[in-house]
Amino acid sequence: MIISGKGGTGKTVIAASFAALAKNKVMADCDVDAADLHLLLHPEVLERHDFKGGKKAVIDRERCSECGKCEEVCRFNAIENFVVDTISCEGCGVCSHICPEDAIKMEENLSGEWFISRTKYGSLVHAKLGIAEENSGKLVTVVRQNAKLIAEREKKDFIIIDGPPGIGCPVIASLTGVDLALVVTEPTLSGIHDLERVCKVAHHFGVKTYVCINKYDLNLENSKTIEKYCLDSNIEIGEKIPFDQSVTDALVRGVPVVEMSNNKVTRKIENLWNRVEKNL
Amino acid sequence: MIISIASGKGGTGKTTIATSLALSLNKSIQFLDCDVEEPDAHIFLKPKIESKKTVSIPVPQVDEVRCNFCGKCAQVCAYNAIAVVKPVRIPKNEKEIKNRNSSTTADESSNKAKGKVLIFPELCHGCGGCKLLCPEKAITEVDKDIGLIEFGESKGIQFIHGKLNIGEALSPPLIRAVKEYINPTRTVIIDVPPGTSCPVIEAVKGSDYCILVTEPTPFGLNDLILAVEVLKKLGIPFGVVINRADIGDKKVERYCQDSNIPVLMHIPFDKEIAIAYSMGIPIIEAKSKYIQEFGRLFEKIVDR
Repeated sequence: MIISGKGGTGKTVIAASFAALAKNKVMADCDVDAADLHLLLHPEVLERHDFKGGKKAVIDRERCSECGKCEEVCRFNAIENFVVDTISCEGCGVCSHICPEDAIKMEENLSGEWFISRTKYGSLVHAKLGIAEENSGKLVTVVRQNAKLIAEREKKDFIIIDGPPGIGCPVIASLTGVDLALVVTEPTLSGIHDLERVCKVAHHFGVKTYVCINKYDLNLENSKTIEKYCLDSNIEIGEKIPFDQSVTDALVRGVPVVEMSNNKVTRKIENLWNRVEKNL
Repeated sequence: MIISIASGKGGTGKTTIATSLALSLNKSIQFLDCDVEEPDAHIFLKPKIESKKTVSIPVPQVDEVRCNFCGKCAQVCAYNAIAVVKPVRIPKNEKEIKNRNSSTTADESSNKAKGKVLIFPELCHGCGGCKLLCPEKAITEVDKDIGLIEFGESKGIQFIHGKLNIGEALSPPLIRAVKEYINPTRTVIIDVPPGTSCPVIEAVKGSDYCILVTEPTPFGLNDLILAVEVLKKLGIPFGVVINRADIGDKKVERYCQDSNIPVLMHIPFDKEIAIAYSMGIPIIEAKSKYIQEFGRLFEKIVDR
């Protein structure tokens, strides 16, 4: 499982490279609201499934007596003038239980899709959350469960998960029960701040962490600070990867960077994968 | 005027743009960092924190003396945050089984204690349904802290940010709480979390304008398109800032042109800016010519 706290530190670049390096694995993209791994792995979709994330209140205006009870009980301010704002509605259903006219129904909401795909590196489970939809944590769980089923069926040793940024619900859903969280960070004050928070979250859920400093040569002093933090917190550093234009070049070409030769980062990412594999 | 800075993809430069914009304007500014999972704007604005406030959501607490384990609360909870273990009469031994008929009433009261209500506060959204609908009025609510809001000041900018507690899953209630402090008499700048789901919507909702920050890579483009769809759905006007504008390809530029999306500003990749960023120095302090550029960016938004 690859996470970062801060966005844009290189999670997906590392995840795609691991896809190319690791044998015997299934890939899962758990960054369901801004999934990018498919841009490097070019999946051929084999199965497409609807994701019904939750319900939304719908008011039957014919039955509604405009008593205003629903507005009164809704804590998400999602009902105004007897109309439900579907974006604010969290699907709790309190309005439908309380409505004296039985005019409010909770209707299932199609809030995304998830896919099982074939790539040249093996199976990939990924998803697309609908626009402005919620319940990304639940969709993450669906992706993970299916990756696990495929891994069991195909007798694979590893599931490599590209995680979402942040520390909230989709991250927690991605983290629970993984064997190792590889935290990709960068030597910036923001990167350090977010690294500390995300490591605490991993420890909170009992997940072992392993750190990789990306673009470490951008600020050597900050890289030292990260090394010291990791040493003090008993976290191993897997590798320090230098800044290199080839990473962007590979991105633009739509391939994992380790597929490109003659650059400063491929060897480093190979080392990183070897160390991660030994830690599992 | 409320301007939010969002992106879809993380690490494109939201906080960089938001903080430098705030520092460039000769106006009375209020800055809200709504990226409550990983708030970083304070690293650049260095506010003096003057006060703090904890934010909590109401979670249920069951009075098990009043509770008759009917299971209504678990049934109405849409988030599976309550489970009710009903009191089942389990015969203790064979003798009891033999005497079952005669001893029913006495046993029922003693076995009632076996019922249990389990509450999972981390799943609770605080909707209040269980309390409202409990027929025995056995549920009250207690506050559960989810995070912290800090208030401060930096160079005349009123600064407010939220910090989600470690291990807490739900950031939208904290974002809502931060936004309650919006001061409409000021120019409000909101730093939005990455992504396109609920925390992003909570943070951008109610903005007069949204600046989408992206980079010219396939990732930047893919996530920009998602963010654009979100803003269209919310009906918020927006424009794009292309950061590290010279690193990748021209597809972001072309997409904006084809979709009639204004590109408000280009910031070329500059190692000096990247190093300044790594040390928590805003762009405009590293390169003062950007003060005018951000001023123009703001004018473009106002004049549109």
